[in-house]
Order: sequence, then structure tokens, then C-alpha cells
Amino acid sequence: MYTQSLNVQEKQGEKPALQTISRENAELQRRFDARIDADGKIEPQDWMPEAYRKTLIRQISQHAHSEIVGMLPEGNWISRAPSLKRKAILIAKVQDEGGHGLYLYSAAETLGQGRDQMLADLHSGKAKYSSIFNYPTLTWADVGVVGWLVDGAAIMNQIPLCRCSYGPYARAMIRVCKEESFHQRQGYEALLVMMQGTAEQRAMVQDAVNRFWWKCLAMFGPPDANSQHSEQAMRWGIKRISNDDLRQKFVDATVPQARVLGVTLPDPDLKWNEERQHYDYGQIDWDEFWNTVNGHGPCNKERLATRVKAHNDGQWVREAALAYALKHQPQTHQAAA
Amino acid sequence: MSTTALKDWPLWEVFVRSKQGLEHKHCGSLHASDAQHALQMARDVYTRRQEGVSIWVLPSKSITASAPEDKDSLFEPAADKIYRHPTFYDIPEEVGHM
Repeated sequence: MYTQSLNVQEKQGEKPALQTISRENAELQRRFDARIDADGKIEPQDWMPEAYRKTLIRQISQHAHSEIVGMLPEGNWISRAPSLKRKAILIAKVQDEGGHGLYLYSAAETLGQGRDQMLADLHSGKAKYSSIFNYPTLTWADVGVVGWLVDGAAIMNQIPLCRCSYGPYARAMIRVCKEESFHQRQGYEALLVMMQGTAEQRAMVQDAVNRFWWKCLAMFGPPDANSQHSEQAMRWGIKRISNDDLRQKFVDATVPQARVLGVTLPDPDLKWNEERQHYDYGQIDWDEFWNTVNGHGPCNKERLATRVKAHNDGQWVREAALAYALKHQPQTHQAAA
Repeated sequence: MSTTALKDWPLWEVFVRSKQGLEHKHCGSLHASDAQHALQMARDVYTRRQEGVSIWVLPSKSITASAPEDKDSLFEPAADKIYRHPTFYDIPEEVGHM
């Protein structure tokens, strides 16, 4: 659903070493740079700078983790969806998120990172996922707002990733984006239905918007001025549009949607700027954002514990499937292993 | 938090035929315990919206790929054989489409 570039949280010692480049490496580097400059794609077998590989592994695996952790806040509502129709829609959406996680794990694996290692990093807390999922989904309206605003912000961020310089990531993002637009539309439509209901239902929608609006703006990451790794990611063609520009696009797209829906976005500073031809908006609470990223949000512990429990509870299934395969088709398995 | 080590299922490459009459195209990879399992997983992961009418899976390990560094020696020689293309030949206009 979404990836944050949380590079700023890197440990000091882990700086990508600009090691003395041998003459051969310099030639490879030159060819790599030339291909990036020509807007060409890098494929798994191609030579790439170690720092490029590491950045991609971190970003794609964080993105994959976000997809599968993102299943939890909505999965929470499957058994309590208000109708069979909404339940079927929600199941399909949550299944999609699991699928998106798989596309992305596969893309990260092409860089030489094992699936088991990525999951171990998620479960130990070493790897991050989008901190939007560390907030609770308190009412049914939250499910609609997650679709409309959270997925809406995610789509805004993911569309430029379809042109990422790393081929497997770009291809995975094309698949994800195709499926994601259903996610946003179903959320918005669920809210439209609630807004035609009772005063209490309308208040529920407004309350959900109030709680999620600022968190969604923070999803685009720190302001450009404080986003130290953005420049390098731009140079590499991994990032195409800056955090602030994406955030602005999201605000501009969302204001008219909120008007049609009949809700107020909770920002007194939000107003059209004729000169800029964009909406101005207020200050984001970055302390709150970093506090959540660093593990102190309302649901960080619960999300991770649920994820780890699911993984551990499924261990016997994975083992049994492998044992079954070995017993019944030893030759097929050996060919694959 | 600690988890038991995941013994990864082997990796499979997935090819999907989007409709009858078209070729199978590579669409991604996945982990599965055996071929049958890989087919089921491929159906769930890659064809949730009728993207295919047929699926092939094969173990990733069984693919042999040309090396990127051989690109020049493999493909470059074709560049100077422009006579292999129809546009190399001048045909009088009155002949029409040929």
C-alpha cells in the first residue's frame, strides 16, 4: 500500500561506504550512471553500486512490510462489516494487500535478500513499515477513511514508483497501482453511503477524517528540506517526485473530494492560494510522527505482536507443506531447491 | 521479538497466458513447496481479476540466462546487418505495397 523512505533513521555506522573504486568498477559505475541518465532500467543481473542495492532492499522490503502489516487494521473489521456486500469487498481488499506484499517481497529478493531475512528483520523490529498502521481503526467509518485517504495517499506516492529505475520494483508497482484504485473508490463510496445516513453516522465519518487527516499528510515523509537521502534517491531514479510536491498533489486532489462528501478537513489554515494555484495547509506535527515511527505510537506493539503470532502459528503449515512435497514429489522438489 | 527461522519454500517463476491465442508471459515469482502448490499460489497471487486462462510455473533454478556482460558480443553483431530488414531495399513506388 505504501512505502516511506525512512532512511533518516539509519544507524551512523551503516553509511554506504564510498570505497576506493577500482578502475574496473569505475567503468561499471560509468555505464550504470549513463543508463540512469538515459532513463534506462536496471535489471537484477546488471552491475549496480552497493549503495543503490542497499537502498532498494530497504525501501522495497519496508514497502512489502507495510502491505502485510496494513492488512491488520482493516482485517480487524472483516467480521463486523455492516453487510455481506461490504464484508466481501473488505476481504477482497485485504487479500489484495497480502498480494501486494508478495509482489514486493519477490522484487526485493531479486536483489539477493532472502525472504526469511526480511521477515526476521520485520519481526525483530529492525525493519520499519508505514507508521500509519500504528493507529487504531476505531469505527466502521475508519475503514472507509483508510480506503479514501490512506490508500489515496499511497496511490499518489506509488504512481511515480511505476517509473522507478529498478525494473522489478517498477513492474511490481504497475500491478499494485492497477489494483489499488478499487481500494480508494470502495472506501470513498462506503463513506458516501454513511453520509446519507443518520446524524450519528455523519458524525462518525467526520470523526474518522479528523483522526486520520494529519497522519495521512505525514505519510509522504519529512519536508524536502529535512529529507537528507531524497536527493540521492532522485539521482538514482528511485524517487521521481519530492515529498512536499506529492503532499501538495494529495491535498489539492482531496479538498474537492471532501466537499462532495460533505466533510470538513480539520485544518483552519487550509485555503486556496490564487497565486500558487494550490491549497495552503497548516503545520504537520513531526514530533508525533517520529514518536510513532520510533515505536511509541498507540498500536506499534500490538501490530508487531499480531504479525509475529501469525507467523509462528503458521510455522507448522509451512513445514508440513514442505514435508508433503518431499514425500510425494522428491524429484520435483530437488529440481527446485 | 523472536520468531522461529523460516525454512523458505523454493522459488518458482510464474508465466500467465492472458487469453487464448496469446503467449504465456512472465509475470513474477513466488515461493511454494511443490509444483501443484505453486500453481495454486500463482492463481491467488497473479490472477485474482481474471488476468489469465492458463498458468505455467517452473523452478527459478532451472532458468539459464544470458549474462549482461555478454550483451555486446551476443547482440551487437546484428546491428551491422541492416540488409535483414525490409527497409534496406528500394522498390519503385509504382509497385505499391510489397
